[in-house]
Amino acid sequence: MELLVASGIGVLTAAGIYLVLRLRTFPVIIGTAMLTYAVNVFLFASGRLTVSAPPILMDEATRYTDPLPQALVLTAIVISFGMTAVVVVIALGAYLGSDDDHVDEQGGALDAVRKLEKAE
Amino acid sequence: MSLILVVLMPFLGALLPPILVQAGRRTCALGTLSVTVLALVGLVSNFPALLSGETVTARIDWLPELGLNVTFFLDPLGAFFASLILGIGCLIIVYGRYYLSRNDDMGEFFTYLLLFQGAMVGIVLSDNILLLLIFWELTSLSSFLLIGYWKHLKEGRQGARMALTVTGMGGLALIGGMLILGNIAGSYDLTEILQNREAIQSSDLYLPALILILIGCFTKSAQFPFHFWLPHAMAAPTPVSAYLHSATMVKAGIFLMARLWPVLSGSEAWFWLVTGAGLITVVLGAVIAFFKHDLKALLAFSTVSHLGLITMLLGTGTAFGAMTAIFHILNHATFKAALFMSAGIVDHEAHTRDIRKLGGLRHLMPVTATIATVAALSMAGIPLFNGFVSKEMWLEEALHTELFGPHWLVPALATFGALFSAAYSFRFIFHTFFGKTRDDYPSHPHDPNFGMWLPPAFLATLVVIIGCAPFLAEPLVKFVTAAVLGTTAEVPSYHLAIWHGLKPPLYLSGVAVAGGILLLLLHRFLQKGWDVTPRPEAKTIFDGIVGGAVWVARRVTCGLHDGSFTRFAAILVVFVVAAGAYAFVTGEAGMGSRVVYPPTAVAVATWAMLVAATGFLVFKHRNRLAALILIAIVGLIVSVGFAYFSAPDLAMTQISVEVVTVVLMLLALNFLPQETPVESGAGRRLRDGLIAVAGGVGAGMLAFYMLVRDFVESPISEYHLANSYKGGGGTNVVNVILVDFRGFDTFGEIIVLGIAALVIFALTEALMGGPVRARLLNREPQTRLAGDRHPLMMVVLTRVIMPVLLLIGIYIFLRGHNLPGGGFIAGLVVAVAIVQQYMASGFAWASDRQRYPYHGIVGAGVLIAGLTGIGAWFTGHEFLTSSFTYIKLPLLEEFEVASAMGFDLGVFLAVLGAVLLSLESFSRMARRAHDTDNEHAMDIDPSRGTTNEGGA
Repeated sequence: MELLVASGIGVLTAAGIYLVLRLRTFPVIIGTAMLTYAVNVFLFASGRLTVSAPPILMDEATRYTDPLPQALVLTAIVISFGMTAVVVVIALGAYLGSDDDHVDEQGGALDAVRKLEKAE
Repeated sequence: MSLILVVLMPFLGALLPPILVQAGRRTCALGTLSVTVLALVGLVSNFPALLSGETVTARIDWLPELGLNVTFFLDPLGAFFASLILGIGCLIIVYGRYYLSRNDDMGEFFTYLLLFQGAMVGIVLSDNILLLLIFWELTSLSSFLLIGYWKHLKEGRQGARMALTVTGMGGLALIGGMLILGNIAGSYDLTEILQNREAIQSSDLYLPALILILIGCFTKSAQFPFHFWLPHAMAAPTPVSAYLHSATMVKAGIFLMARLWPVLSGSEAWFWLVTGAGLITVVLGAVIAFFKHDLKALLAFSTVSHLGLITMLLGTGTAFGAMTAIFHILNHATFKAALFMSAGIVDHEAHTRDIRKLGGLRHLMPVTATIATVAALSMAGIPLFNGFVSKEMWLEEALHTELFGPHWLVPALATFGALFSAAYSFRFIFHTFFGKTRDDYPSHPHDPNFGMWLPPAFLATLVVIIGCAPFLAEPLVKFVTAAVLGTTAEVPSYHLAIWHGLKPPLYLSGVAVAGGILLLLLHRFLQKGWDVTPRPEAKTIFDGIVGGAVWVARRVTCGLHDGSFTRFAAILVVFVVAAGAYAFVTGEAGMGSRVVYPPTAVAVATWAMLVAATGFLVFKHRNRLAALILIAIVGLIVSVGFAYFSAPDLAMTQISVEVVTVVLMLLALNFLPQETPVESGAGRRLRDGLIAVAGGVGAGMLAFYMLVRDFVESPISEYHLANSYKGGGGTNVVNVILVDFRGFDTFGEIIVLGIAALVIFALTEALMGGPVRARLLNREPQTRLAGDRHPLMMVVLTRVIMPVLLLIGIYIFLRGHNLPGGGFIAGLVVAVAIVQQYMASGFAWASDRQRYPYHGIVGAGVLIAGLTGIGAWFTGHEFLTSSFTYIKLPLLEEFEVASAMGFDLGVFLAVLGAVLLSLESFSRMARRAHDTDNEHAMDIDPSRGTTNEGGA
């Protein structure tokens, strides 16, 4: 079971990285969402996997899973929604403003520096 | 007065000048002066204890476990330096009051000066070396501000930058050296370190520590090969030069060498490095000074030379050398400050410092001429002036020092340096004040008013008094020397006197003075030779090195981060994976001992679905709508996983966030291209694929190795589980952690969420206000719109389901403290209920029925959460401490009321408001010019007949 979760995290991470390395804004946003899943599951898993022992105090329960990673991940999920929304609106503004949804600045900084040095 | 107050006084006082300058320049100067005088009085009030043999200390413990404490101590050496700093500081302030013109901002000037003064006093009184390092850096920074005070002058800015670069670099080296030293001694307190001579000198790390510390001292005290910054710092206003380069900044390095003398000196390495550098600096500085035409440049190089003299004395490692060094520090401070001030007066009155344009000033400015002559004769080493006494002692010490081979070499070089020293002193006197009065001065020089000449006159008086009666200074010098020597050696019985009989040092002095006169006579001839001799120019070399460093830095930075996010992200992933792989290969990571769960069939099937969905996503991501659906599937599987592994709260949160995220992305996709075009070639895709697989394998392995081993320590959450019910009054531990144990964290998080929503709102507003608005309004839809904009079935269904959803929301909210649920989840569920109304009945219809603005809801949420937290103050608890009680109402079971409920209500409102504000902002963009807002909820309403409004 541990192997399934760990490999799941790996698959999500790999897909996230691949999509983040694309050139347009939309796949990059999807990629960051995938990375968010991977990170959240990883953080959750840091409390180790426990089946049928939810952290709800009960008289008959003998063991509980670690509640702290859950609390941390819960807020992380909500915050990541807020951040996704901000990134989406920025991407949208950039696209609507310039009719271009590339993530990269066209023409690198090194070229700019060379031009600057030539001017000096 | 406590030592802490003495150090703090200038820093606190630094706030005054900018305020006082409003009341006039005189008030400003007086205020600054009184701050310094007060600090000096505070210092002196500790002297009785000092004289009775005590060491005065003051301490505030900060992090005693790490050796980080604010500790000060006052011993004779520190007191000597602190008195020089504050005493000469008083004179400089008086002088500066008259020196600065009306165009200079006096408040700013005195603020910098006091900051610098405080930093210097801090250095000499610090006991903790980490504290000393902080003050050391502060002197570099504040001297940067002082040297560059005339911001309009290019030389000032460049000189300040050079000084900061050199001394700052030295400061870094010093930090390293001092940390090593503290490590060897096992303490960061100087008083402790000074007791550990044997341990330090026998340590393997002694040499690296020594070299690093000496780099720090040499850069600060302008010793060869770091001497070049000091002359460039002369672009500063003269009071700054007089202060920094006579008594304070450049003496900091000397001070530290003297301070650490008991533990560092005496070794071969110390002798070679310190004596060698000092001797070279003496000769180099003296020779260059003779050929400088700028009065301040001449004085600057003479300062370099004299600092070399003191360094050399400390380097010899003998008690006599240390005593002479202390005496010369005193003498140099008096005559050099007076000389700088005189040079400043000449500059101020004649409007030039170029010695070639001066001469014959003794008739026009007799007072200044007298002061300068007295001070310069002392610098030349003429009897009856204090410089003579210490210079003779120096020559005496030189006669007993052997370096670089032949025994005559050191005395010969010392005499050579003294000879040039006499020569430039004579040149300073004769070429400025003697000779014929000229009529082509840039201005009409005359003696300045008394405030400007009084400070140098006072110092010149000291020069004569010590020069004629050196025995007056003897107790002071011996007292301080004893503190330098510590327990390593006895204070020599040598008496400070003008006449020691016809002995070798006297002959050497005679040779130096006679040679100096000869050189002056030959000056014109020598200068011609000097001018045609090619010499390495320090500034060119420095600029070259700085330029080279900038070139390399630009190449490295821009090569890694050339504005392409994709490139940078790839580099980041590769680097992280490589670092992780290195750690994995070099470390040990066997299988853990934790008992693992055997995989079940359902789990394997779910895993397969996750892999399949992810795989499809990667290969089909160009179809953006499909990508959205696939990512929603992934999110669903993740929430199922949460549910399976005992995290019901997470499952509920994940699934409701999933809904709002997909709605949001759909809204955005409405404006974006529906397809991602193929741009990268197969090679690029393969490369990205390899990077991604490497990252995925790394993350997966990290997770696996973590999952198969137990906690290293018992987790904090054991406390949470044990106290959740007793202390927090709830059985859902996750919720209690959120609203109670880590309530402050949650409070911050809802604020962040609120800010994010406001950012989205603001960005949308900005977009809608700009040229984008017109484009949005005239946009042609990319696909054919549905014929039925607001379908009857959906409207009716969402209308019916709305109260049910709200009820569920309230239920989830109320039970959250004890069962899965709570403010976060309830907020999301209610948000989904409202979003449905927007989707079914249209934006205009839904927002018409929205009574409270979403900003207000976010604000109310944060406010309620905050007020609940503050409520704890009234019961005498910390912010956000929750309290609870049980209430029995008639007809109802007994139930619990917790203040955490109020906090959770805040969370609920903030989440609700933030989600809806974001979605509402996006949907406002979606409105188009040719579409009329719908007046009715449904396109086809049986009660209105068969009219069909809207639709495409």
